[in-house]
Amino acid sequence: MYESGFNKNLSLKEKFFGLSWGYILCIVLLTVIGLFTLYSAAGGSMTPWAKNQLIRFVVSFFLMLFLALVDVRVYLKYSYLAYFVVLLLLIAVEVFGHIGMGAQRWIDLKLFKLQPSELMKISMVLFLAKYFHGSTLGQIESIRGLIAPVLMAFFPAALIILQPDLGTALMLLFTTMVIFYCVGVQMWKFYALGGGALVLAPIAWHFLHDYQKNRVLTFLNPERDPLGSGYHIIQSKIALGSGGVFGKGFLNGTQSHLNFLPEKHTDFIFTMLSEEFGLVGGTIVILLNLIILIYGYLFAYRITSYYGKLVVIGLNTNYFMYVFINIAMVLGLLPVVGIPLPLISYGGTVMLSVMASFGIILCMDINRNVNLGRQSFHDE
Amino acid sequence: MNRDNDKGKLLLNRTFVFAVFSVVLLLSLIVRLYYLQVVDGEKYKTLSDENRISTRVLIPPRGRIYDRNGELLATNDQNFQALIIAEQTPNVDQTLESFKKLIPLTEKEETKIRRGIKNNRRFVPVKLKENLSWDELSLLQLYAPDLPGIVIDEGLNRVYPMGIYTAHFLGYVGAVNQAEMNDDPLLSVPGFKIGKSGLEKLWEKDLRGHSGNLKLEVNAYGRVMKEIERENGEEGKAMHLTIDSRLQKVAQDAFGEESGGAVVLDVHSGEILAFVSVPSFDPNLFTTGISYKDWNDLLQNERKPMTNKVVSEHYSPGSTFKVVVALAALEAGVIDENTRFGCSGAMSLGNHKFHCWKHSGHGPLNVVGALKNSCDIFFYEVALKLGINKIAEMARLLGFGSDFHLGFDNMQKGIVPDKEWKEKYLKSKWQQGETVIAGIGQGYVLVTPLQLATMLSRVVNGGYAVVPQFTKLSLKEKSKIKKLPISDKNIEIVKKGMYEVVNGEGGTARRAYFNVNGAKMGGKTGTTQVRRISMKERQSGIIKDEDLEWKLRNHALFIGYAPHDNPKYAVAVIVEHGSSGSGVAAPIASKILKTAVELGL
Repeated sequence: MYESGFNKNLSLKEKFFGLSWGYILCIVLLTVIGLFTLYSAAGGSMTPWAKNQLIRFVVSFFLMLFLALVDVRVYLKYSYLAYFVVLLLLIAVEVFGHIGMGAQRWIDLKLFKLQPSELMKISMVLFLAKYFHGSTLGQIESIRGLIAPVLMAFFPAALIILQPDLGTALMLLFTTMVIFYCVGVQMWKFYALGGGALVLAPIAWHFLHDYQKNRVLTFLNPERDPLGSGYHIIQSKIALGSGGVFGKGFLNGTQSHLNFLPEKHTDFIFTMLSEEFGLVGGTIVILLNLIILIYGYLFAYRITSYYGKLVVIGLNTNYFMYVFINIAMVLGLLPVVGIPLPLISYGGTVMLSVMASFGIILCMDINRNVNLGRQSFHDE
Repeated sequence: MNRDNDKGKLLLNRTFVFAVFSVVLLLSLIVRLYYLQVVDGEKYKTLSDENRISTRVLIPPRGRIYDRNGELLATNDQNFQALIIAEQTPNVDQTLESFKKLIPLTEKEETKIRRGIKNNRRFVPVKLKENLSWDELSLLQLYAPDLPGIVIDEGLNRVYPMGIYTAHFLGYVGAVNQAEMNDDPLLSVPGFKIGKSGLEKLWEKDLRGHSGNLKLEVNAYGRVMKEIERENGEEGKAMHLTIDSRLQKVAQDAFGEESGGAVVLDVHSGEILAFVSVPSFDPNLFTTGISYKDWNDLLQNERKPMTNKVVSEHYSPGSTFKVVVALAALEAGVIDENTRFGCSGAMSLGNHKFHCWKHSGHGPLNVVGALKNSCDIFFYEVALKLGINKIAEMARLLGFGSDFHLGFDNMQKGIVPDKEWKEKYLKSKWQQGETVIAGIGQGYVLVTPLQLATMLSRVVNGGYAVVPQFTKLSLKEKSKIKKLPISDKNIEIVKKGMYEVVNGEGGTARRAYFNVNGAKMGGKTGTTQVRRISMKERQSGIIKDEDLEWKLRNHALFIGYAPHDNPKYAVAVIVEHGSSGSGVAAPIASKILKTAVELGL
């Protein structure tokens, strides 16, 4: 056990000025680009999307600041509790979703729709960070030490698959895998898992919904069904490609304004942006996201506590997953899985979730020199 | 402690590997973006334009057709149609009800309309009723406030103001069929009509014009957002005919209830002044779509209203052919003006007996008298002396056996028989008896009314090889008309004969005589059997023509020209089963020529 005597408590003012303002600037820039795109998507109007999105961003921004200024030890202390509360919520919406509320998987908070699966992405990271924070390398490398985290990751993922929300479940599993990899789980275990997955894939295929099978098949060959599920991706590529280097100009995207492009304000917003702002606009968005990602790695590097590092790595990976999967999807590199582009796509849930993540990441960074003692999961 | 250091180091190493991996993945997205937007950019730009730009073909008005006086014979009428646009009315049912109160719809029409509304997107116009009358149109305009969502659209319909009078030479237009498709985009436009027969078909290329283009920006649902570009087409060329619609009408009406054909030519140019085939049909029926029953009636009618009797039917010329035989004999020197043959009412050749129509006989006659009385015996004798090939030679010279490259569908060239023709087609030797009956235009010889009129024109114009024309000839073209190797003297002899037919005391067409300020007509009658008269019937007395059923009665023919002194018009008339050339065909021809002279074309 370490004493926290090395640390002195930071004042609120010190914390505030300790915030990484460059990081926050990138977040704001991306959001502004998103607001312009939503304005264009509505045919040059603040309603129905841009205005709402702005309000949500402002609210989320304060949430981010709040989460950044919270005492870092609170996170460590309530990591497990948070996980179980979210897990209960997940079970609850699953049960109520089946019983009374149709296929509804969220809790309505008016401005935002609270999706427990979205919260689970964060609490899973906190849970695993606390777990591995308390584990020895020996425990990490043993089979016995992996049983608990593997179960804790697969159970919620299974619930989310049942919803059915394959995209979110896969993201959750990928993030978990990245955390397992980073903490040092031996490579042969991944190979074994990969081998097992290959064997199980045909069986899993059997359990996929028809629309999910279609999406995978259509991804493999979009021309298979040019008017059905392939339509989205074909039109997306046409919109993107026709944008050229400088784009068709703000408010001038023909594919999007003439409705050839589906979901232009949500999942396919990157396409619309690239149609109007061209390669230049698309590249700027990718580079801003790259900067946010690299900031994350930088934070992880300079944070002293294992817990803090792991939280940042996990949440950063989560964010990377969003960005990469969404853009790769609209570029026709991945199947259409229904994952939005954070900060830019219209939607409250993801805005809330990523801004909360940024808040936690910032908190870990502000308190990078706070020494958190090792608490073993096995000790409790 | 040591293990904790290892744990930290491992985290750092592994995170570094993943960080590099994730950065590379994000950068690869830029590569992909570059590939789509720059390398393949042009391809996607084209696809994007194909998405948003909808090109519509603009239909040019079809070329108008005028008669020689500028009278419209074929034009395009505005066709107003009422359409309903579902999204522009708050209540489709209510609008339809209000519409039905003004313009009744049959149950079938209404079902079709409702299906159209259901199967299309709500902004797509659905046709309620086409070819609205002016009354209907003004009703709709008056009640427009009660008819939200109803719009009036305007198209063009081919219209023939003279209807049945022009059907057989103008033809009609109809929908394009598969075989007529080519790369002209107009042909693929739904509802586009092209010439199906007559001049409409023959002049299709000129009349159609060239399509224009309208480029529209449409959204994903096909709704038009704005006009991008308009390229107007070229109207079809206007055509001016040589037909005189006044003469055409008189000529057609002259037939009354009879069926047959008539054609009037300007003898100096071959210009067609009137072109009649009766009974006729209304070509306007084909524009809006003819009903199955109407179409069937036209096809089943025994008087064949769809057959062009001027060029698509051929007939035995009968005695009208005597003009050719007479001219051939004079030219060959077999006879001259004074050569006489005696007619006793019958003539024997081998063991066959040939009769004159006048059983008591005409006595001795020269060529003028033979023409005037239409004596058969005279022409039997002449034909025998002349031989079939000389007759055929003159017949061809005067235009028989030719379709004059007029270009209509189903044109008949007729038959000009000679020895070679019989060897070739009937595989047997020519018989002398066949020459005898050819002398009076019976037997194998078959001609069309157009050929008869052309023949007569070539004789009375002094032997110039005019060719029937629907368009005016230039002076230069007129001067190029070839003179045939026929002597003026002989032409005058034949003309004298034809003059006597009408004007001479006892001439066969004396009843058709007219005199308009000294302008008189000449001509030649013809009556041809369409049935075989058996020996038995001949002995027991030939059944009178008017006692036979219509289909078995004789065809009546007349060829005539006027004015006799300075011929300008030639007409050929055939009245199918009209019984008598002098009694039925000649009066019709007379009426036509008299009108032509009076009009002074």
